[in-house]
Amino acid sequence: MQGLDFTVVFAYWPLLAQGLGWTVVLSTTSAIFSVLAGIGFALLVLYGSALVRYPIRLFMWLFMGTPLLLQLFLIYFGLSQIGIDIPALGAGIIALSLHFAVYNADIFQAGILSVDRGQTEAARSLGFGRHRTLAYIIVPQAVRNTLPAVGSMMIALLKESAIVSMIGIAEIVHSAQLAISETYRPFEFYLTAAVLYYILNLILEAGLRRIEGKVELSR
Amino acid sequence: MNEVRPMIDVRGARKAYGPLEVLKGIDFSVARGQIIAVIGPSGSGKSTLLRSINHLETLDSGEVWLDGVLVNQRLPGRAFERHINQVRQQMGMVFQHFNLFPHLSVCDNIAIAPAKLKGVDKVSARKLALTMLEKVGLADKIDAFPARLSGGQKQRVAIARALAMQPKVMLFDEATSALDPELVDEVNLVMKQLASEHMTMVIVTHEMRFAAEVADRVLFMADGTVIEEGTPDELFTQPKQERTRTFLRKFLSA
Repeated sequence: MQGLDFTVVFAYWPLLAQGLGWTVVLSTTSAIFSVLAGIGFALLVLYGSALVRYPIRLFMWLFMGTPLLLQLFLIYFGLSQIGIDIPALGAGIIALSLHFAVYNADIFQAGILSVDRGQTEAARSLGFGRHRTLAYIIVPQAVRNTLPAVGSMMIALLKESAIVSMIGIAEIVHSAQLAISETYRPFEFYLTAAVLYYILNLILEAGLRRIEGKVELSR
Repeated sequence: MNEVRPMIDVRGARKAYGPLEVLKGIDFSVARGQIIAVIGPSGSGKSTLLRSINHLETLDSGEVWLDGVLVNQRLPGRAFERHINQVRQQMGMVFQHFNLFPHLSVCDNIAIAPAKLKGVDKVSARKLALTMLEKVGLADKIDAFPARLSGGQKQRVAIARALAMQPKVMLFDEATSALDPELVDEVNLVMKQLASEHMTMVIVTHEMRFAAEVADRVLFMADGTVIEEGTPDELFTQPKQERTRTFLRKFLSA
């Protein structure tokens, strides 16, 4: 049996820091895309023509019914087989973005529908068209109302981003594995990785709370 | 014809929800600067009539004219959308439940339409908002959010929001019905002030006293038709129709 020795972590800190950096880049980019795509999907499902609505609903249903890992493999390995080569980072971002966009779309749909009809009537009576009413009045309120739910999705996204280690992206978990393969000290490095996720989560939660606090003013 | 063109002209307005006829062929017109109060029991169709003026309700048949422009003209989808947005910019509407935009400050509630629809720049839009707020006596609330306002203040902001588009007419859909009694007067006061400035107004209301005070003419509606129309004096003190008398009697005893 080996005792715990965390000093070894310091020697590998540059590697872990790099992993931390990739996790931040990957999660932030995917979070932004997943929110934007989520709003887009929600609007298309609610207001698109049947030609757009049904394919998107099918797509959402398919994505909800399969694991993120499988989606990642399909995008990275599957597409490459038919000649669409996407670099690992790109594939990771696409998989994470789409996977969470589908859930966000569900949340935003409910959020949009929950905005009072009077809001649309007031905007239309001022002379706003359909699209501008959505853009200036309805969607901003829907996004505000769904902040807590979308916030939890973003925390899930941050954690699930570890899955891209499976296609060789050197994010936190992958970096820890590299360090472990050289030092044979899984406990120290996995614990350190866990701490790094906790820190990221704390920052994310603080950010979300700040945004929610600002929104609270307008309630 | 030497008659002046009316500001609002409604001809043969009909509307049904399934078997229920809400408007059974209504004609009425409002001259420039005139104030019309529409009264009647719940379900008489008065709100539907008002909402059909700015096409929030679509008529099954009949015509609505605003200052010589046919509001509900038949145009293909996108062209109609452009047309109706243009027309609606000339009509202010005030709702029973205020419908202020909760995510925007009072200033932005008022400024957003002029800014986005007329291209008024930020500084001028804020100035415009301030001018409108001064009109309704709420200049100090310019940076507040709607959630912090009382019902009466919300409705005054809603009126300021509608006025900021410099509309030709103002439509009031039971503007004080959702207010606590002690807050009704402050809203009525603003409406009276508008009346004194010769704004053309159509006011759907349950308040007979206010209707009598402010309106040039009163329309009594029941069951989707106009039962009687006249000056407040004619309608309230010597109603000709039995239906009007019954309604007023019930109302006064209530």
